[in-house]
Amino acid sequence: MAIPTVALSQQDVKLSREEIQRYSRHLIMPEVGMEGQLKLKRSRVLMIGAGGLGAPLGLYLAAAGVGHLGVLDFDVVDNSNLQRQVTFTTADVGKLKSEAAKARLSALNPSIEIQSYETRLTSENALELFKDYDIIVDGTDNFPTRFLVNDACVLLGKPNVYGSIFRFEGQATVFGYPGGPCYRCLYPEPPPPGLVPSCAEGGVLGVLPGIVGSIQAMETIKLILGAGDPLVGRLLLFDALAMRFRELKLRKNPECPVCGNHPTVTKLIDYEEFCGIRGEETLPMTDGIPEITPKEMKARQDRGDDLFILDVREVHEYQICNLNGKLIPLGELPRRVSELDSSKEMIVHCRSGKRSADAIFFLQKAGFKKLWNLKGGILAWSDEVDPTVPKY
Amino acid sequence: MVVKVMVPTPLRQFTGKQASIECTAATVGEALGHLTSTFGELRKHLFTDDGRLRSFVNVYLNDEDIRFLQKENTQTKDGDTISIVPSIAGGSCRERN
Repeated sequence: MAIPTVALSQQDVKLSREEIQRYSRHLIMPEVGMEGQLKLKRSRVLMIGAGGLGAPLGLYLAAAGVGHLGVLDFDVVDNSNLQRQVTFTTADVGKLKSEAAKARLSALNPSIEIQSYETRLTSENALELFKDYDIIVDGTDNFPTRFLVNDACVLLGKPNVYGSIFRFEGQATVFGYPGGPCYRCLYPEPPPPGLVPSCAEGGVLGVLPGIVGSIQAMETIKLILGAGDPLVGRLLLFDALAMRFRELKLRKNPECPVCGNHPTVTKLIDYEEFCGIRGEETLPMTDGIPEITPKEMKARQDRGDDLFILDVREVHEYQICNLNGKLIPLGELPRRVSELDSSKEMIVHCRSGKRSADAIFFLQKAGFKKLWNLKGGILAWSDEVDPTVPKY
Repeated sequence: MVVKVMVPTPLRQFTGKQASIECTAATVGEALGHLTSTFGELRKHLFTDDGRLRSFVNVYLNDEDIRFLQKENTQTKDGDTISIVPSIAGGSCRERN
């Protein structure tokens, strides 16, 4: 497929003596050269998310001399990010990710412009934010934002360099390229909440976002240079455990609601609602589920009440910390329900209270009546009852 | 036809952690049927209540999306690989649960 290059500003830029030294390993390659390096300097790339994927992405794009880099993230650096978000140091914990990333990337390359955006990407601000950039790189962690980034890119005709990860598996491709498919060609609809495990249940090996984010950085730079074959119309699947890359064909779907022949989505919509996050699909799950606070549970245990504790987390989570409950992971509950005694009063818990609510919803349908959900899960237990229980 | 069905990480909790399953099937639909009858809990993750493949689950025969072939009726041949490609959203993996 003949790939048009990304339209960059024609602004007249030059490299300083210092920059020529800095980029000399690019300049001596014919595929980059002075022309390519000036393209990089003129280019404007917006990174959505400064997390695991954003870390290698930001570092490599800044190091490569992308002249204008936008970093959008509303979150704050947490201790648990440091295992994979290598832009940040321990001293950054508690700081805004967008600011900490800007400081790190500026230190790496003071000759580029970095704009940080401490904001959540929304349907109200996306088009305005994207319009000044040539390429958008999606390193977010949730479905509503992924659909939002896709739709905004398609509406503005901007390429969307996509990467996502789960445990040991990654996916990468370039969506929204002229003539190429978009995210909705592959996934017309989001999965309903609950049918796909979240990251907290999943976890991720720290190196994985390093690899997938580096692939996104490489594709971004190739698009700017107009070099090689971009990852358009191909979905790269990476399995780190097997250490295997596979490639699947992605086709533009003529019936795609955004980029198809007769688009039905012509402006940005409410993506939270679209993904069922605000919709009624999730709300009934919390209705009618009786809750008990950690303090109430502790008081009742101290009183000697006969309470059965059911832990619906995974085995490896139980090994980190537990409340001496019986462990049946949520996914195994349907076939192991016979191990439970419905005549006993039962407190169900997980890490934060969501999986246990799902478990109670299931157990209620199976006829259990004496059920309590531990409000806030083992995290709240650590905060309110026993701080020696580690939070993870 | 002996085909291999690749199970993605998020769904391996329903297949006893198996990453791939070999079975005999003449069509993609038959192979998926075999898979969900062996691993019952997988059914609701792949199919709607009325038995249609869920729209957020993509199924590939080798490197081709079955939506652009004959969907579930796509014929298989010996040695084919069927891949289930789910939507995954993770990027920075903010904990939620």
